[in-house]
Amino acid sequence: MSMTSEFTNISRVSWHRRGFFAGQTAYMTLAFVIICVLAATFSGNFVTTGNLLNISRNFSYIALMSLGMTVVIVTGGIDLSVGSVCALVAVCTMIAMRAVSNSSLAAIPYATVVVPVVAGLLLAAAIGAVNGFFIARLDLSPFVTTLGMLSICRGLTYVITQGRGQAPTGPGVQAFFAATNGTIAGLPVPVVYVLVAAVVLGIALHHTVWGRHLFAVGGSEPAAMRTGVRVSRVKIGAYVLCSLSAGATGILLAGWLGSAPANLASGYELRVIAASVIGGANLAGGIGGPVGAVIGAALIEVIRNSLVLGRVDAYWQDALIGSIIILAVLVDKLRGLQAK
Amino acid sequence: MESPTGMPGHMLLSLRGIAKSFGAVRALDGVDLDIGPAEVLGLMGDNGAGKSTLTKIVAGNFPPTEGQIALGGTAMVFDRPAAARDAGIEVMYQDLAIAENLTASANIFLGREMTRSFGPLRFLDHSGMNKRSAELFRELKSETRSDDLVKQMSGGQRQAVAIARTRLAKAKLVLMDEPTAAISVRQVAEVLDLIRRLRDGGTAVMLISHRMPDVFTVCDRIAVLRRGRKVADKPVTATSPEEITGLITGAIETG
Repeated sequence: MSMTSEFTNISRVSWHRRGFFAGQTAYMTLAFVIICVLAATFSGNFVTTGNLLNISRNFSYIALMSLGMTVVIVTGGIDLSVGSVCALVAVCTMIAMRAVSNSSLAAIPYATVVVPVVAGLLLAAAIGAVNGFFIARLDLSPFVTTLGMLSICRGLTYVITQGRGQAPTGPGVQAFFAATNGTIAGLPVPVVYVLVAAVVLGIALHHTVWGRHLFAVGGSEPAAMRTGVRVSRVKIGAYVLCSLSAGATGILLAGWLGSAPANLASGYELRVIAASVIGGANLAGGIGGPVGAVIGAALIEVIRNSLVLGRVDAYWQDALIGSIIILAVLVDKLRGLQAK
Repeated sequence: MESPTGMPGHMLLSLRGIAKSFGAVRALDGVDLDIGPAEVLGLMGDNGAGKSTLTKIVAGNFPPTEGQIALGGTAMVFDRPAAARDAGIEVMYQDLAIAENLTASANIFLGREMTRSFGPLRFLDHSGMNKRSAELFRELKSETRSDDLVKQMSGGQRQAVAIARTRLAKAKLVLMDEPTAAISVRQVAEVLDLIRRLRDGGTAVMLISHRMPDVFTVCDRIAVLRRGRKVADKPVTATSPEEITGLITGAIETG
């Protein structure tokens, strides 16, 4: 930053250099719109109800996880375990569903759906709490802790299932499919969940003490500590939330696929982190938001879909998405230099 | 005017016989120090003289091995930073304890946010905090906008944010650890100005500094520590930079 101090001639920063417009999220939104227009122009199949519903469903799983990931990234951390948590929670929920269906609880309406789902989400929260405890209280690196958790959760998933997929069963199975794979007002339910979660998260981040402290921890942990912010509690909460979003996604995926395979969501962690980063979350901490997470996930899915419609070899997708990650961060860097 | 504790009641902060040992190292030994209300005290000394140990004891980072602390004649135990803060002692750190990704107002209210309730939910009172911050900046005569990001601010403005935070807390005493160590000449003038405004607002300041001109410009009194002992404590008008330098280095035994 400039070291001169001009007390008397400070003017307002122009509108395109502050707030939403100053961030990476804004021009990634622009990129998203441009790619949609291009796809619509070059492929007659892009703007069809079927394709748009397909895109929105596919994108919603990564988007929901990216919302949780963004919370962790804002604190300056990272969670590599989300894909494995997704699988472990999905598998355990399916097993719990079978167990509840065969127990006396099955007589209570919807208990065969509600009890296993709540149990699955509690498991997810517990995994997040363990991650958070090691990172916040014992000061372990988030990368290493969650890398370990990635391996633990995937390993447990295989141990529990012996590699066999677990399918939803019991008297509540229709209700389960309706809640995870149905539609509300024509929209696939996962999309509705993502939109609701994004709005709630946006309000929580910008209009509550919790959100303010989350950004403070990511911006400067010593400053947060010295001003009395409960840094450990804030961090543990972030990892719990991230794990919860991963667990919820696992349950939704099981409903979509009609089964929870042991290799469910394998490798998703990288796509989730990519979506968050493309959307403007800064891995150094202190910057990020739900709009970015959703736009990032949508951008990845639209590109993937366009390549499919354009009959481009599917293997090009990963290479292209990688390039976009670097490009997005690079443009942000260049803008920063220009502002100086 | 002695209080029941035997401490002078007209003094804001009184330290008596403060000693601190870290294992075999005697960092402080029998230090007596008083600061009056709205007084600016310069605390000087070479590296390792015990300045920061003394500051940390007053800030409640750790208790002294021996000695007493009194505030307005009442004995106090500062066993944790929150205890000192609740008693009206705020610390301004060298790095200002500021989060650059937040606005000026968010930094001032960090850890003490104003909220409003909507039913069972509590939300940040953005307009209330911005308004109060703007008032604080006006009092400090600093042209700093409440809703600007600290990232975009000059060093002087950042100092104003940190000082506004102590004003918000209605601090009686502000400890400043080398506030002018890493900023430009022009910003030093601004910080010294802010210290004067704090004093004019009734806040006492303990300024820990290596910079002789700053101390002589802004302080009412100077105390010098050498090897854990207080070797001088006199009004600025009764001493000179040469004498203080001699006291710091040990060329002059006591003042």
